[in-house]
Amino acid sequence: MMQIPCIYCGPRDESEFVCGGTAHLTRPPLESDDRQWAEYLFFRENPKGAHLERWRHAYGCGQWFNLERDTVTHEIRAVYPITQAAPR
Amino acid sequence: MSGTRLGEPYGRRIDRSRPISFMFNGRVLAGLQGDTLASALLANGVRLVGRSFKLHRPRGIFAAGIEEPTGIVDLVDGRHRTPDERATLVELVDGLAAESVNCWPSVGFDLGAVNGWFSPLLPAGFYYKTFKWPGWRPFEPAIRRMAGLGRASLERGGEVYEEISENVDLLVAGSGIAGLAAAAAAAEAGARTVLLCAGREPGGALGWRGDAEVGDLLVRARRAGVRILTRTLAFGVYDHNLVCASERLAHVPASATRRLSERLWKFRARSIVAAQGAFERPMLFPDNDRPGVMLAGAVDEYAHAYGVACGRRVVIAANCDSAYRVAESLQAAGIEVVALLDRRPSVDIGTHAAGVRAIANTGIGKVIGARSVRGCVAVPADGHSAPRLRLECDLILVAGGHAPAVHLHSQAGGRLRWLAESSMFVPDGNARGLVSVGACAGVFGREAAAQHAADVGRALALGFTVPAAPVGGASRSLASSRIAAVRGKQLVDLQNDVAVSDVELAARENYRSVEHLKRYTTTGMATDQGKTSNVNALVLMGEFTHREPAEVGTTRFRPPYSPVTFGALIGRRVGALYRPLKRLAAVEWHARHGALFEQFGNWSRPAAYPRSGESLHQAAQREALTVRRTVGLFDGSPLGKLEVWGADAARFLDLMYLGTMSTLAPGQARYGLLLNENGVIVDDGIVARVDERRFWVNTTSAGIERTAAAFEEWLQCEYTDLRVLVTPVTSRYGNATISGPKAFEVMAAAGFGAEFSPQATRHMTLHDGHWRGVPVRVLRASFTGELSYEINLPAGETEQLLQALAEGVETREGCLYGIEALEILRTEKGYLHVGTDTDGTTLPGDVGFARGIDRKAANFVGRRSLLRPAARDPQRLRLVGLAPLDGRTLLPTGAQIANAPPPTQTEGHVTSSYPSPSLGSPVALAMLARGGERLGEQVTVHHLGRRIEARVVSTPFVDPKGERLHG
Repeated sequence: MMQIPCIYCGPRDESEFVCGGTAHLTRPPLESDDRQWAEYLFFRENPKGAHLERWRHAYGCGQWFNLERDTVTHEIRAVYPITQAAPR
Repeated sequence: MSGTRLGEPYGRRIDRSRPISFMFNGRVLAGLQGDTLASALLANGVRLVGRSFKLHRPRGIFAAGIEEPTGIVDLVDGRHRTPDERATLVELVDGLAAESVNCWPSVGFDLGAVNGWFSPLLPAGFYYKTFKWPGWRPFEPAIRRMAGLGRASLERGGEVYEEISENVDLLVAGSGIAGLAAAAAAAEAGARTVLLCAGREPGGALGWRGDAEVGDLLVRARRAGVRILTRTLAFGVYDHNLVCASERLAHVPASATRRLSERLWKFRARSIVAAQGAFERPMLFPDNDRPGVMLAGAVDEYAHAYGVACGRRVVIAANCDSAYRVAESLQAAGIEVVALLDRRPSVDIGTHAAGVRAIANTGIGKVIGARSVRGCVAVPADGHSAPRLRLECDLILVAGGHAPAVHLHSQAGGRLRWLAESSMFVPDGNARGLVSVGACAGVFGREAAAQHAADVGRALALGFTVPAAPVGGASRSLASSRIAAVRGKQLVDLQNDVAVSDVELAARENYRSVEHLKRYTTTGMATDQGKTSNVNALVLMGEFTHREPAEVGTTRFRPPYSPVTFGALIGRRVGALYRPLKRLAAVEWHARHGALFEQFGNWSRPAAYPRSGESLHQAAQREALTVRRTVGLFDGSPLGKLEVWGADAARFLDLMYLGTMSTLAPGQARYGLLLNENGVIVDDGIVARVDERRFWVNTTSAGIERTAAAFEEWLQCEYTDLRVLVTPVTSRYGNATISGPKAFEVMAAAGFGAEFSPQATRHMTLHDGHWRGVPVRVLRASFTGELSYEINLPAGETEQLLQALAEGVETREGCLYGIEALEILRTEKGYLHVGTDTDGTTLPGDVGFARGIDRKAANFVGRRSLLRPAARDPQRLRLVGLAPLDGRTLLPTGAQIANAPPPTQTEGHVTSSYPSPSLGSPVALAMLARGGERLGEQVTVHHLGRRIEARVVSTPFVDPKGERLHG
């Protein structure tokens, strides 16, 4: 079980959180073609290493935020507000 | 038979003045306070303890700790059994009763032992190869009966488990000299330190020898504030330095903790020190599993710690120098060492034992005695040449070298390397967040281990760089102790009956990966997880495939390091606490009125109010009919309630719901479907506008959490510019729903004014007002198809309102109704129940909500997905009504609609089905391919071999024009 540093509450056990998957996805407009829409809905990178993802402190402050996690070591390298741009 | 007690100072852990009586296989035996079940059995001369897993070979106690592969028993307490306990870990208490495993009718005369005669026919993979036709299943029950170990209890015992989470600076797993040195140094440097000791008292292998330095370290550690938890074993290292440990309390003599069986500890540690020592490696020779063959270190421990002489005349089979120390130690205790047979050539032997006849380049070619060792034959290491030497003995000690307990290091992601001279895997550098010290780091020299561990403890406490481990100090050991040219079963894995020949077979069948070897032969599985067998198995695998052990590698070490009961992992989350139910504010009022409570989602709610002699089904039929004829009262409090407010609330709700909410005037309400991005219906509900900036949103009872979560996610992550707040208020408000032709009459009788009359209010409108001074919010919406008022008010006032309305209901021959009647009523009306009529594929168009989408301005959640080709497929399942052709037969919910009996391509399925008390015939809803175009068509419903003819009909079944809604 990971320990996730909520940007509002500090480090808490993973069981207090819900993972919302990959962060910084752009929602295509209504006019997008089927392929673009399918990419948005169904296709995700599955990187070995750094992954930007969004989490909600569901059993805490209820807030969403983004973090950078290493999918191999589970090291959490950055935590930042949901509206902030991706690091680097 | 040979087991006896030695005199003082042997037996440091036992109290000779406190005898204990216990039972083993129905025999009453005597032990001493401080004994383990294993030491007490050995002291009583009990050799034969159980039968092996597959071949039913006789087995005895082999080790003294958690690695025990064969001394497995069931503990019996009345009708309750604790299966597969290792006798070496069970502390003896008065009245303890244990039984052998995997034998029938008794351990001495076991019919299953015939498997042993056929053992040449039962090699690795035998079951996979043999029971292939017509499948594994017909054979499985018999094989399962023959194999396996203990028997689980069918009775629920009185066990209580608990769980504690803690944060610490330093967690030290292991309490030998290295663990104590690390903990003491860290605590003295100011770190909050917890030391876990798997056994009853700290000290490790030097501790039971009465080592003075260990005693001093213990005093220092305690003085520095190290918290020592005994009987607590760290079994797993998880992400971000989480260490889980189980504390055994069940058979602990102290009565204060008797009620608790086991405690699960979860330590979040800044740093972890692993100090779990090393396991002794067995030797390979024919019949090396006979009762009376034991690990050398274990025999030494039984002598020193428990004062038990496991035998009187011993032969030692050795592959390392530590055997010589054991030989001297046993001789000093008065146990005769007949011979020390060293498998190594003289050049590898770095020590000697005074007064012991040691023979180099020699192994055991044969063990004499089936149920207990009576002697052995020594042969030269090559197995061929003479001379053969027959030795009389009652105990054979095996000392095949050591295997560091690298489990926690490996779980934490650490790598291993093969130390060829000592034939062991040791940590290759440190894992992230975890440092190994002592024998589990490959540091065997006592001074070196203590010094290194202290340096590590201090460095971790102060944040310095951790010094590298001075690996070494173990003697030379051969990788393989096997003697090639001798007959008989040389067992590698005692617990799983895996022999050298099985590993050889696996290699011959071209299994290369050690992971495959493990699964094919089952070596290293079950309760001991190969603690004594893994290294031998993969050394052999290397030998047979002409590879070095380093190339073969090890299997992944996964938690748990040692078995943990399910109870400990589950803790208090059992029974009523497994999934705590939400209760209605007026729960007692309902109980007084005869409610039959059932679980609906997370709620305990009245399913119906059966009168005497009525079944649930009959009560629901009566209640539904009463609502149609006069009036019914329903507790709708669990209905999900959200307040959505802010300048952009209307815009936001347009984005969340299919259904335009921004055009609602204050006081108006509208039905809405909530979709996910796939366009799939996830909830429905009614949105009412309170004023310009404020909405009252009702979700389904089961859907409130996911709706609230979806609102928050979209607001926080996507529509970040909208000024909207969402407040879940479900539990703040009670809800009494009055429904039926006489609904308003009942309200008027309870004191509601004319402003709520059907004439003054319209269907789908919201009215705030007061009743008896209490603020009420009344929604005219209906899930029954009758004139209905959903009256929301502060939760604490719910009972008062129910009581007032119930009086009026009673005088009008109405009744209370529960969920079952509601389901009948809404099915009669063809109203959708999300999650019952819909599933994870249902789109709005499938249930009749396609119209108007094109005209809607907002790019609401899920909209784009409704334009995909799959969403527009004319073959999609559509919600329709179904009625049985004979007008009598209930169409079973979930039954398939198809042209031919299954298995076949189906056309859909029945989603809701009830007998309609108003119509006197069954009604059903179904999802049917091209359903909308098939009105009047006849279809066949298949259910468990039955065929029921039905007709596709339009809904609603009752009051098609919807006139009853208006009173």
